[in-house]
Amino acid sequence: MSIDDKEPRMPERRKFFINMAKGLGAATMGGLAWTGFLDGKKVYATILRPPGAVSEKEFIAKCTKCGLCVEACPFKALILAEPGDDRPVGTPYFRMREKPCRMCRDIPCTVSCPTGALLPSLVSDSDELGRPRLNINLAKIGLAVIDRETCIAYWGIQCDACYRACPVIDKAITVEYTKNERTGKHALLAPVVHGGHCTGCGLCEHACVTKKASVFVLPRELAMGESSDRYIRAWEGPDEEKLEGLPEDTETVTPRSEKSPLEYLNKGDL
Amino acid sequence: MIVINRFRGIRFLALRRLSQITIILLFAAGNLLGWHFLRGNLSTSRIFGVVTLSDPYAILQVLASGVLISGEALFGGLIVFLFFGLIAGRSFCSWVCPVNIVADFADWLRKAAGPGESEKNPVMGRDVRYWVIAVSLAVSFFTGVAAFEWVSPISMMHRGLIFGFGMGWTMVLAVFLFDLTVLRHGFCGHVCPLGAFYSIITRFSLVRVSHSSDKCTHCMRCRQICPEQQVLTMVGTTSGPVTSGECTNCGRCIDVCNDDAMKFGVRMRTAKT
Repeated sequence: MSIDDKEPRMPERRKFFINMAKGLGAATMGGLAWTGFLDGKKVYATILRPPGAVSEKEFIAKCTKCGLCVEACPFKALILAEPGDDRPVGTPYFRMREKPCRMCRDIPCTVSCPTGALLPSLVSDSDELGRPRLNINLAKIGLAVIDRETCIAYWGIQCDACYRACPVIDKAITVEYTKNERTGKHALLAPVVHGGHCTGCGLCEHACVTKKASVFVLPRELAMGESSDRYIRAWEGPDEEKLEGLPEDTETVTPRSEKSPLEYLNKGDL
Repeated sequence: MIVINRFRGIRFLALRRLSQITIILLFAAGNLLGWHFLRGNLSTSRIFGVVTLSDPYAILQVLASGVLISGEALFGGLIVFLFFGLIAGRSFCSWVCPVNIVADFADWLRKAAGPGESEKNPVMGRDVRYWVIAVSLAVSFFTGVAAFEWVSPISMMHRGLIFGFGMGWTMVLAVFLFDLTVLRHGFCGHVCPLGAFYSIITRFSLVRVSHSSDKCTHCMRCRQICPEQQVLTMVGTTSGPVTSGECTNCGRCIDVCNDDAMKFGVRMRTAKT
């Protein structure tokens, strides 16, 4: 074994390491560009998913873009996002103003999902025997939101298009009779949405008579706030029960609460 | 006789186009006419509303992104994995994938334009596709979505044909131009991680092209037509099946061979003779 025998091996090994380093570099570069591209593409804040969809973050991970839910929709209301639609490509969504969800009782879209991105269990309750039973009224596609500035019913014009279109009429949308303070003489028949019953089907948005819909469906995460456990609606049984089991003291930490009241009151930067 | 001979020269090509187009039409009929033969698309599909099939590479990416997909989709992926991995080889690429039609067209135009250039110094090697697999899984992990499924020209084209293209045609055109002007067999043979995935899992699959060197006259037409030339190293020297998983079982080598030296066979049987 002389040095001569060993010499040719060195360049080979070096070549291998250099090639690996090159490959790793190129792969990292490609991976970073790819990650950056997807980061901008995977979120569309106001997208409305089919009934029974899991949380959006989990949904975009689980949906394989097969389109079976879109094919199952008998009203062709569900759309499979195409490149150029600006929405996460290949995933199903609604455009309520054009084609709202008709709330099929057998929920064919949810049932057809092979991947678990749409779960029948999220839109099921149980029947008398305790077996799971589909119930489209449990759907939480989104929440209808009324723009009181442009809704003509809030101007005093009598319009109950959304109220009449609502499949959960008198629960998800009610009409509140009040005095029209603007004219001082007339009545106001104002539609109000109730989040506990609204399925986000979008039939109200579809029916709205204003040029651009004054009632429209937004994803619940976007349309809703969240009160803390400490706030209750007094004298309401279920709400008061929330307090049971809560610790005596809760400490809410905000940037302000970190300082003593005296300190921030005296500093003047309220 | 001439007609028969001419057909003989394209018989597997014709069968493959028939297979690819039939699959696309059945999926399209599933969406447009409500037929039940095949519904969904190549990512996940149902046959007669009963058997679920899924793309095992897509499933792998979903798992890499950190969520557990349903058992139904996992099982569907397993069926496809076993079918190609144990039996059919990398035939997905040449018998099912719609992008293969685009890539073959680009290659045909290349040949029509003039003599093919050598593959001595390509802009990238054929190993790039395996790197793309690794990167796609890493990107899936970091972004939380199945990375290749969001950019795949295969999905774009296939979904486009069934549900409408939108701007997806740009992706297909890009693949076409890449193959035509940048690199021969550029997408399918160098970049595509789905093809690379099938190359890996079909290393031991049963159906193989096999070569008999006794009949071979060294005309090398098989190697000229082969989209994965490196798998035909044994032509003219040793008899036996193609062992590499990179062979797409497209059968073009069998089509063009005038000496009957190439044929489809089952690995075990051909290995004995």
